[in-house]
Amino acid sequence: MNVQFRERTESASPLTTTTAIADCDIHPARANRTELYPYLAKRWQHHLEVYGVHAYQGMMEGPPYPKAQPNASRRDAYPPEGGPQGSSLSFMQKQLLDPNNVQLGVLNPLNSGQGIRNHELSAALCSAINDWQIDKWTSKDKRLKASIVVGNEDGMTAAAEIRERAGDKNFVQVLLLSRNVEPLGQRRYWPIYQAAEEAGLPVGVHAFGFGGNPITPSGWPSYYIEEMVGHSQCQQSALASLVLEGVFERFPKLKMVMIEAGFGWAPSLAWRLDKAWQRLRSEVPHVKRPPSEYIREQVWWTTQPMEDPERREDLFDVIKWIGWDRLLFATDYPHWDYDEPSRVLPAGVSEANRAAFYLGNAQKLYGVS
Amino acid sequence: MARHVIAPVDELPPGTRKFLEIEGRPIAVFNIKGEYFGLLNRCPHQGAALCEGPLIGLAQSKTPGEIEYTKLGEIIRCPWHGWEFDVRTGQSYCDPRRFRVKAYPAHVEPGASVVKGPYVAETIPVTVESDYVVVEL
Repeated sequence: MNVQFRERTESASPLTTTTAIADCDIHPARANRTELYPYLAKRWQHHLEVYGVHAYQGMMEGPPYPKAQPNASRRDAYPPEGGPQGSSLSFMQKQLLDPNNVQLGVLNPLNSGQGIRNHELSAALCSAINDWQIDKWTSKDKRLKASIVVGNEDGMTAAAEIRERAGDKNFVQVLLLSRNVEPLGQRRYWPIYQAAEEAGLPVGVHAFGFGGNPITPSGWPSYYIEEMVGHSQCQQSALASLVLEGVFERFPKLKMVMIEAGFGWAPSLAWRLDKAWQRLRSEVPHVKRPPSEYIREQVWWTTQPMEDPERREDLFDVIKWIGWDRLLFATDYPHWDYDEPSRVLPAGVSEANRAAFYLGNAQKLYGVS
Repeated sequence: MARHVIAPVDELPPGTRKFLEIEGRPIAVFNIKGEYFGLLNRCPHQGAALCEGPLIGLAQSKTPGEIEYTKLGEIIRCPWHGWEFDVRTGQSYCDPRRFRVKAYPAHVEPGASVVKGPYVAETIPVTVESDYVVVEL
């Protein structure tokens, strides 16, 4: 067996977070199958009972879980009153918000109606999820803010949902997923970016999704661990598409948040894009500046999964390129790859950068103080 | 090194575990097939309550295509990130030189010896008739 050994360069003192933090990726769950029914027209309740949900990919019977832990979640996150992890506000408060001094928590509901082939059903479910987020979560705990979930494959309907929610202080961003039918820069998604820019809301792109394509560019992998790293490959394709289709040029005030796909790959992708752009610029004349400029100006990154290289200096080099003002701390609660706030950032970070990392950047981006 | 009586043996049958706090430290004591092991209930990775995870076996492979599954019920898997530790030794399997969970010796002693010695009882009324699980730390 190979044994990896890394020298400890940091001090051994525990790193605790006593100051307030933002958690920019929290996953609320439904307590049961019919919890959304009060927010769905009878027509769609009946439709779900008779026809169910048709996604763009297989695994139609049952969820593609467990992944590493039941419901892909921490085993200690089952609420005492029953139901799946992440389905109880009081337990979330007790386990996550209170002990970690979370001042701002951004909700990103998954399995929420996105990526469903019936676009009307998709829109109805997304709208229901948005109502449910207010009723069950943000109206009951002012620390929590919701993401507007939209039927991503129908840009016009998605834009309508964004416009309907615009100005509602319960919502702080628009939520997309990384796996879509086409790369995210393509025209069908532009109405979403236009509406988000008008509303002054960042667009979060969370790992996962149901585009029907394999998770890797070379086909379906054998192992879950390949799917885990595949998220970063998928986000790279999405980001390259956003730059090269001209989305950032067309919507210069648009802010994108790359959620749960890491950030260590960002510099190398940007360097590669810049180099290719210098030689192939005439193919995409609408991309007027080096791709790295758009990325550094219009993209933010959540930290979970937090990069953990052998040498902390390597991490600091990457963050220096991205900018200490671009990282948003996230735990991914209640999912199993949760990051503990007091343990993710090595020693050796200035007080100002720590404050920005844990709270300030998120407050500024989401306009919440 | 103090020795702490934690339970009469019949309260900790094989396959079970008991959680307790001793000298401010969260400890779990396991009965694995009649042997007793104590572990610090804190994952050295990010601090989860390690011992609340499931007890699994150890999957190993000498070469791709051949998988051996041994130590059934002797590997504790962290409830957060799934890091695996050997309950017998506290050794981690993914990064054994850097990460190890503190292990505490545990064993059974007859009641007669327990009441005589310099032992600290943890809410267990000790009687001489039965045997007790004792952990050292």
